[in-house]
Formats: sequence, C-alpha cells, structure tokens
Amino acid sequence: MAVTEENPGYKWVGTRPIRPDGLEKVTGKARFGADLVLPGMLYGKVVRSPHAHARILSIDTSAAESMEGVKAVITGDDFPDLAANGAHPSDVDVANNTIARDKVLYEGHVVAAVAAITREQAEAAAKAVEVTYEVLPHVLTVDEAMADDAPLLHEGMITKGVDPAPEEPSNIASKILHERGDLEQGFGEADAVVEREFTTKPVHQGYIEPHAAVADSNSDGRANIWCSSQGHFQMRAYTATVLGVSPGTLKVTAAEIGGGFGGKTVIYLEPLAVRPSQRAGRPVKLVMDRDEVFRATGPTSGTRIKVKMGVSKDGKITAAEVWMAYEAGAFAGSPVGAAGMTAIACYDIPNFVVEGYDVVCNKPRVAAYRAPGAPMAAFAVESVLDELARNIEMYAIDIRLANAAVEGTQAAYGPKFPRIGFVETLEAIKDHPNYTTELGPNQGRGVAAGFWFNAGMMSSATVHVNENGTATVVTGSPDIGGSRQSMALMAAEELGIPYESIKPVVADTETVGFNDVTGGSRVTLATGAAVVDACRLIVEDLRARAAKTWDVELDQVEWVDGQAQHVEGAQPPLSLNDLAAKSGRTGGPISANASLNSRGVGAGFSTQLCDVEVDPETGVTRIVRYLTAQDAGRAISPDYVEGQMQGGVVQGIGWALNEEYIHDTEGVMENPSFLDYRMPVASDLPMIDCSIVEVPNPAHPYGVRGVGEVGIVPPMAAVGNAIHDAVNVRMTELPMSPVKVLEALNAHDE
Amino acid sequence: MAQVHFSAGLRELTEGLAQVEVDASTVRGLITALDEMFPGVGDRLSEASSVAIDGEIFTDAEYEPVSENSEVHFLDIFQGG
Repeated sequence: MAVTEENPGYKWVGTRPIRPDGLEKVTGKARFGADLVLPGMLYGKVVRSPHAHARILSIDTSAAESMEGVKAVITGDDFPDLAANGAHPSDVDVANNTIARDKVLYEGHVVAAVAAITREQAEAAAKAVEVTYEVLPHVLTVDEAMADDAPLLHEGMITKGVDPAPEEPSNIASKILHERGDLEQGFGEADAVVEREFTTKPVHQGYIEPHAAVADSNSDGRANIWCSSQGHFQMRAYTATVLGVSPGTLKVTAAEIGGGFGGKTVIYLEPLAVRPSQRAGRPVKLVMDRDEVFRATGPTSGTRIKVKMGVSKDGKITAAEVWMAYEAGAFAGSPVGAAGMTAIACYDIPNFVVEGYDVVCNKPRVAAYRAPGAPMAAFAVESVLDELARNIEMYAIDIRLANAAVEGTQAAYGPKFPRIGFVETLEAIKDHPNYTTELGPNQGRGVAAGFWFNAGMMSSATVHVNENGTATVVTGSPDIGGSRQSMALMAAEELGIPYESIKPVVADTETVGFNDVTGGSRVTLATGAAVVDACRLIVEDLRARAAKTWDVELDQVEWVDGQAQHVEGAQPPLSLNDLAAKSGRTGGPISANASLNSRGVGAGFSTQLCDVEVDPETGVTRIVRYLTAQDAGRAISPDYVEGQMQGGVVQGIGWALNEEYIHDTEGVMENPSFLDYRMPVASDLPMIDCSIVEVPNPAHPYGVRGVGEVGIVPPMAAVGNAIHDAVNVRMTELPMSPVKVLEALNAHDE
Repeated sequence: MAQVHFSAGLRELTEGLAQVEVDASTVRGLITALDEMFPGVGDRLSEASSVAIDGEIFTDAEYEPVSENSEVHFLDIFQGG
C-alpha cells in the first residue's frame, strides 16, 4: 500500500478482519433472489420477442389461460398506459422496457408473462401465448442508426441539445458538447498529432446471479417483494411507477446479491411478478435464465469514437478533439454524457472539443456498468496518448505526469478539482518493481489511466446498542462490494468496541430510512457517513448517561476506547457494556438514526500497468503481469478495496480481449451463454497486483473517496498499448481477440 | 456575485454565453435569476443538470447555498454503476 498520509492511529479502520457475510456464503446459507420459496408460490415465465423490431398486431392469451395449472397471464394492457397519462418520458421508457405495449424494440423484449403452479406448466403456457407481429426493419449499430434513411425506433424522437432543434425525428436522442480554448491554435502549436478512430462492442456486466424476484400481494393492494438488486428503494419506486400505485403500498426486501456492477440498478421482473400475484392471490416467483439475462438486461454501449490529439516536444498536450457516438439500446439514455465529461478529465488541456451522441438502436436498453461510459472513451484517448508519447520519444508515465490534473486544475467538464490523487497513482506505478521488470520475447508493456467522479446521494442508518454492549448497524444499502464490513469497521472505530461486536444489517424498505442505490462507488462514502453520524449521536447519548450516573456535568465526561471516562479520573470508567446493561435507568434503549444527502464526494483516479505476451502465430494475447494503482482516499477495508480494484481490472481485461455481443443479420443475439460469451476465468489471469494510494478526501470523516468503479476505466487501453509495445500494431477495435490481432499482424507485415 | 459557467451544450439556452454573473444566495435563487435572463433555461437546469459549487458536485442542489464568490457549473446528469 502506498500511503501518502500516515494513519492517524485508527484501531479498526484499515484492518483486514473476517468478512461479516463470509460464513453464510461459504456454507450456502445466504439467501439470494432465487432461493426464496413461499407457501402456495406460483412460478412465472416471461414471453419475449423473437424479433429485433416489430409492431405487435395482436396477443392471444386464451390458449395459455386454459392450460392446466395456469393462474394468470398478463400483457402490456394489464399495466397503466403512462404515455397516455402524461407521465415523465423517462418513466414511460421504464414501463415500456418492462413490458412492450405497441412495438417490440429488441430481441428479448417482454410481451407477456404467465404464472402457473409448476415451472413446467409456466414454460408450456408461455409457449402457448400467440403473438402476431409485423416485422419492421431494424438498426443494430450507431452507424446504421445514424444513417439518413435509418428506420426509426421512436417516431417522435427529436434530438435534444441541438440548436435549432431538428424538424425531423431521428434515432439520435441527444447531443452533448464540451469545448474550451481554440482548437485550431492548439493543433498549430503541436509538434506531433495523432488521429485515430475506435470501435467498441456492447458488453454485459456479467454478474453470476441472474435476476430474480418474488412477489406476494395482499387483498388490500399491498405487496411484498423480495429481489436481487443494487437498491431496493429504487426497485420500489420503479415498480410502483410501472404498476401505477403508491410506493408505500410496496415493501421490498433486498436478497443477497451475486454481483450487479450497475446492471441491477434497474427493474425487469418485479412488476411482472406483482401483477400475476395480484390476479392469482398467491406469491409468484420469476427467475431469469442466463439466456434471458444476455438478451434482455444490461449491457453497456457499443461505441464509435474518433480522437485527434496534439502534443508539443516537451510532452504538453496542446489540443484534443473527441467525437463519440454511444448506443443507448432501445430507449434514450446511453452514458455518453459521462463519457464526454470523463474522456480527457485526467489531463489539463487548454484547447479541446468533445462532442457526443446518444443513439437508440434495436438492442436491449443499456444499463449502467461500472463507471458508465468512461472505459470506452479512455480506450480511445489513452491509446492515442500512448502513440503520441512514442512519437516524441517520451515514456508513457512521463507524458501523463506532464499533463496530469492536480488540485486547482479546471476539469474538462467544468469545475476545478479539489485535492485529488492522480499524480500519486502515476508515481506509485513508477515506483513499483513491475515498472522495470525485464520483458521477454513477444512481450510488451502498456500504461493507461482513468478518472471517475464517484457519487454521494442519499443514505440513512440506524445504530442500536444491545443490552450486552454489542451494536447493530442497520442500513438500506445492498452489500455488493463489502459495505457491511466497511460499515462495521467505521462503527467499531467510532464506538470504540471490537469489530466483532458490531452486526451490520441490510434492512427492508419499511425498516430503515431511504437509501439511494448501491452504485456510483458511493456507499462507503455516503452510507458510511450516515453510520458515523449515528454512532456519534450514540456516543453523545452515552456521555450524557455517564454524566447522569456520576452526577457531573457533560463536559466532565469523554468517550475513550469504548468507555466513558471522567476527565479528571474522579470516577471509575463506565464501559459500553456497563451503560447498555443499565440503559433502563438512564433513559431507555440506546439507539440513534442519521440521514443525509451526502456532501464532499472525492473523485477517483486509477493508473494501470499491463504486461502481455502476444503469440504471433495465433494472435492470442496472454496477460503476463498486471499492476493497478488507485486513489482510495482512505481504505476502510483494504481487502475489499483490493477486491474492487482487481475486479474492475479483470472485467476490463475481458472487455479488452474477448467479450462482445454478436448478432445475426436479423438482430438475434448469437452468443447468449457463458460458453460463447467469453469472460475471463481465474486460469486466464495472473495475480492482479494492487497499490492502494491514500490521498484522503478532506470532506469525509475518514477520507473515503469510493473505489468501486474507476478500476475498469484504464484496462482496455493498457492492454492495447501493451499489445502495441509487444508486436507494433495499434489495435483500434474491441475486443482485441486473437482473430483481430492476427489480422492486424498480417496487415502490418504486408 | 456568483460566477455561473455553462457547458457548450447548455449555451444554446444562454445566447451563446459561457459565463454570467448572478446575484443569488441559493441554487434555487440562481436558477430563478437565470430564467429571467434567459427565459426557459430554468426548467432545463432544474430537470437535467447536476451542479458543481466551488468544485463540489451536488444532485438535488436546489437549496444549496451559493456565496458571493462562488464558482458554479451546471453539468450533464450522469449515472454511476
């Protein structure tokens, strides 16, 4: 760990204890979304479109409804027509993505759902639902969708962000633009200019656990939902919108979650389980299979990106021009906005134009995926920067150091950076033995960097002190990256009691105050701050109870190492155990709540160093060694911080080398399984070495920045730059699969 | 007066101006003043932007205080994963 500021004497923060959810997970006792079974529960099955783009002419459910064991069949007509009701367009899109009404916009789009006594009966009934389609021409890529004569997904889509507004509809939902300085002057000052065009394919978040939901509706209109998600409060809100009911009528319980990476911040199944449950008066369970996960959830955008950059001989970037088009899938909302803000955010560039387009096409609606939008842009920008460094014979790390954003730099997206740790991540790479390890034949080394904002948002926490002096920490943030351990470590530090005496709990939507989704790398920062606030209220309460016990003023009592101490030593200390055991005499149970809309978000930076070996006969790229340096602010739980860093890198390596959605000419996905959609497994990879950089965020009580996302931003460029170093070919298309590398090598030889 | 900066994408609403000075004590007051200067800009800023005040990014920033020397940037909405 590269510590830039000394640990100020923390006892628990920064330690590596056993994870609180470990035992249940390794013994199989943890309950994931698909594990719940309720008495009388029905099994649901969803009917999906086989077409990429088609008008629904009719849906005949009569045969399905008459089949043995079938208790309910629903279609889009069983939900409120939000568009007709004047709902916000984003809510209309959520509803229409959950179940199609008039048109299907991608292969896998839901058109109906059934519920039956057995799973087999539900599957048979789903096949008996007869849907008549008028097949329409489709578009699968930004190039096809942006063509002048492209078939339209949404006849009323007028591009936002263009002045004057276009008169004709198109598949371009919006345009974003950032610019500063004088581009022409900037390129005029450059001694080297590189211009390249890049493409990336849609990739899936690849969580191991498929989506699952169980709904149990009551006759009073209320319903309980158990689901696997990154935010059960968000699931409640979305589900209520689609059903047309008050969120207060729904209670949502978060199941254990087997990965999300952004892909479980949206709803798919929940309304489709509630409605049949209401019809049948019985619980309904829906579980996707892997094929459905690929065809209808996630992924992130495929893109086309053009980058032109210039540098002076001393390595200063004089100008950057970036054009990008991001697939949104079937509904507006690609992450091109974030891509535009992050593309060149690592660097202090005086002259730039960044232009981006959000483009709909006939693929599943894209969902957030770890630092949404940033990795593709970084692949393009960091590849071009690598080429520029070679052109002026400068080391890859040094050209980044020469341009690195620091405190006070005006970010490309507008505001000035507060204290950030980008330079420290670059120096951590340079100081690591991997940086100077000798390379073998056909091996190469690549460097790339990345930026992500991180997020704050709203969180709540409740802390209860139990009668034996232990404490329960209750939050509403599903734990997908180790947040229970982080909450427990901060609570132990605040209360001064052992980590093992803290029980962290993720509670349902009726048991704890509102929490935004577990996303944006925000939970340790924001929910952690709520936990700290609640603990500090507890400590104040404990001091007051000790003062009452000793009959002294409050300022005569301090809280040290988990016990109340008289400032002059006039009384024997009172431990938390002592005070808890007698809480009835001093005011009753000891408990505190805290809620906040988080402040002080600290931006995250990551720099990565990748060594590859390329087989010139087959084009296969092997990762030889990999180092990632990331500014965590403060690593509350170093084990989990390293896990996040390594996880981001591994997903990025898969994105770089193998992963892609493959569609046939009819827009049908051809590789919806882990056999054909090739994600890296442990045997594909070396140990991912981690260097945790700690430049504490001054706005957080423990200096936290958030670590979950930025690690996935640099890998594609790091791998691509390493391939170039190994075999002298510049890869501009993802994935850099053996076939493409071989093609590039052959073209280079000709 | 607070210095308010607009991204290039928002300048279609501000007669091409990249920066204006506004006298306001909260983001809400600032948006109200901007809407008087550039009719229609208020809705767009309220709905579709997050706000950076002196380098710190806020969502739901309506009641956030703005000081006399604050530097305010309206940003595109972005989502984390």
